[in-house]
Amino acid sequence: MPDLPTTALDIAAAVRAGEVSAVEVLDAHLAAIDAREGEINAFNLVLADEARAAAAAVDARVAAGEDPGPLAGVPLALKDNLCTRGVPTTCSSRILEGWRPPYDATVVQRVAAAGAVAIGKTNLDEFAMGSSTENSAFGPTRNPRDTARVPGGSSGGSAAAVAAGFAPISLGSDTGGSIRQPAALCGVVGVKPTYGLVSRYGLVAFASSLDQIGPFSTTVADSALLLEAIAGHDHRDSTSIDQAAPSLLDVLDRGVEGLRIGLVTELMGEGIAPDVAARVRQAAEALSAAGATIGEVSVPAASYGLSAYYLIAPAEASSNLARYDGVRYGMRVDAPTTAEMNTATRTAGFGDEVKRRIMLGTYALSAGYYDAYYGKALKVRTLIMRDFEAAYENFDLLLSPTSPTTAFRFGDKTDDPLSMYLNDICTIPTNLAGHPAMSVPFGGGADGMPVGVQLLAPALGEATMFRAAAVVEAAAPSLEEAYA
Amino acid sequence: MSDRLTRDDVAKVALLARLELSDAELDLYTEQLGAVLDHADDVAALDLADVPPTAHPLPLVNVLRPDVVGPCADRDEVLSQAPSVEDRRFRVPAILGEEP
Repeated sequence: MPDLPTTALDIAAAVRAGEVSAVEVLDAHLAAIDAREGEINAFNLVLADEARAAAAAVDARVAAGEDPGPLAGVPLALKDNLCTRGVPTTCSSRILEGWRPPYDATVVQRVAAAGAVAIGKTNLDEFAMGSSTENSAFGPTRNPRDTARVPGGSSGGSAAAVAAGFAPISLGSDTGGSIRQPAALCGVVGVKPTYGLVSRYGLVAFASSLDQIGPFSTTVADSALLLEAIAGHDHRDSTSIDQAAPSLLDVLDRGVEGLRIGLVTELMGEGIAPDVAARVRQAAEALSAAGATIGEVSVPAASYGLSAYYLIAPAEASSNLARYDGVRYGMRVDAPTTAEMNTATRTAGFGDEVKRRIMLGTYALSAGYYDAYYGKALKVRTLIMRDFEAAYENFDLLLSPTSPTTAFRFGDKTDDPLSMYLNDICTIPTNLAGHPAMSVPFGGGADGMPVGVQLLAPALGEATMFRAAAVVEAAAPSLEEAYA
Repeated sequence: MSDRLTRDDVAKVALLARLELSDAELDLYTEQLGAVLDHADDVAALDLADVPPTAHPLPLVNVLRPDVVGPCADRDEVLSQAPSVEDRRFRVPAILGEEP
């Protein structure tokens, strides 16, 4: 249907004006899903009937002269670790198969209140632990640009759904890069907001001091639109920042004249593929041409971020995932005693990577090792925050690759967990600091697969970050433009 | 290959985490967890004696709500998701060593 608008902004404008119906927009996206979902596997569940009812309700409101809101009639995909009342929420784990939450996540309520139409629940690495979506209990998601390659992870389904045109926008969660890295690998925009800007109520917890919900989209403006809709204080999340949501759409055209942007030295050298680094330098030149001052800045502790993260995140996970004990929800494997039932249920219900992280976290927190591992990692977290603070004395924003490489092939890293973990090296420091960062597509690598550049900002620096993202987007070479 | 983590350590951690590992899994996890801990040696080499820990990115204070009755989850809806229920409560197998 060539006449239908494709971005969330255009769809919402057309639906609000009565020029197109939410139902016909939905049908076009359901047709796209029918055509390609078999090979992509972006969804754990497509909500065709529920979405039709929601779209019809939006159309009825328009017909009655009401305004359904800024996301009127926009199909939206939800990562399957966001609770949806009465609708299965699995975290791509056997242990939650069939569970229907008794409540909606705050973000689910907010997008519905803004007029969005939830089209399905997307696949992820089990409990968001992974960088390729290969750890799903329901099979991997494939990269829409090349189905022999991973979409990244853990929000691989949400990234692939947008890249494949199944939905113009989606929501994911980012604990160590789980929005930004799949966005980069699939060639879409992905944003990890400031910790506390978006309520985590109803997001199934992985590592509570790091988790944050954020948007995927094909354009920077659509991510701004979606983030405006989900941000803002929520009394049900005690870590929610008590202030109004930022204005982002209004500042997108303000440019970068006079901004100081620093290339992070530690994330431009060893371990970063030369074609990816070259694209990041090209993006820096574009920002410079638009009036920004570009410099190099050292964030020494960034190189320790990976080690600290892979102690802190598993430690928090081992505690958070203790709740899956076969008592209150999800699966149970029967056994004569409760202790045996707990063990049998967890052994059967969790996949390999989740078990590995629970083991690592339990070890890091156990008597005799707490100070050596977890305690030291928390101190490194302080160093990372201090280093960022020093960098932001001289720069407004930082720039780096999102991922060290373009999308890798299935099975390339599954036998070596450490090599998979190293894939997160550019994204992890942001989570440890609680800062915002986003990935913007910027042409292709030597293999023709998408490259993402990462913009980083200090806490609550989203408005400045989005201004620079709009400049990067406008200067981005097309994927078809050969890498030279 | 790391020697800091033994097979017995891994077995003990599995018990604490309420996971049952096969012999093959014990061997695999001993190797893989050792590799991750080896990588963490770059952290161990840092002088952090005077650095305070950061457990959380926000300067958190206790958040309290007004002490008034509000809506909460529906009991029957919550119990409908439990593996086993009796008398409107969660039901579990024997605890404290009683006969099953």
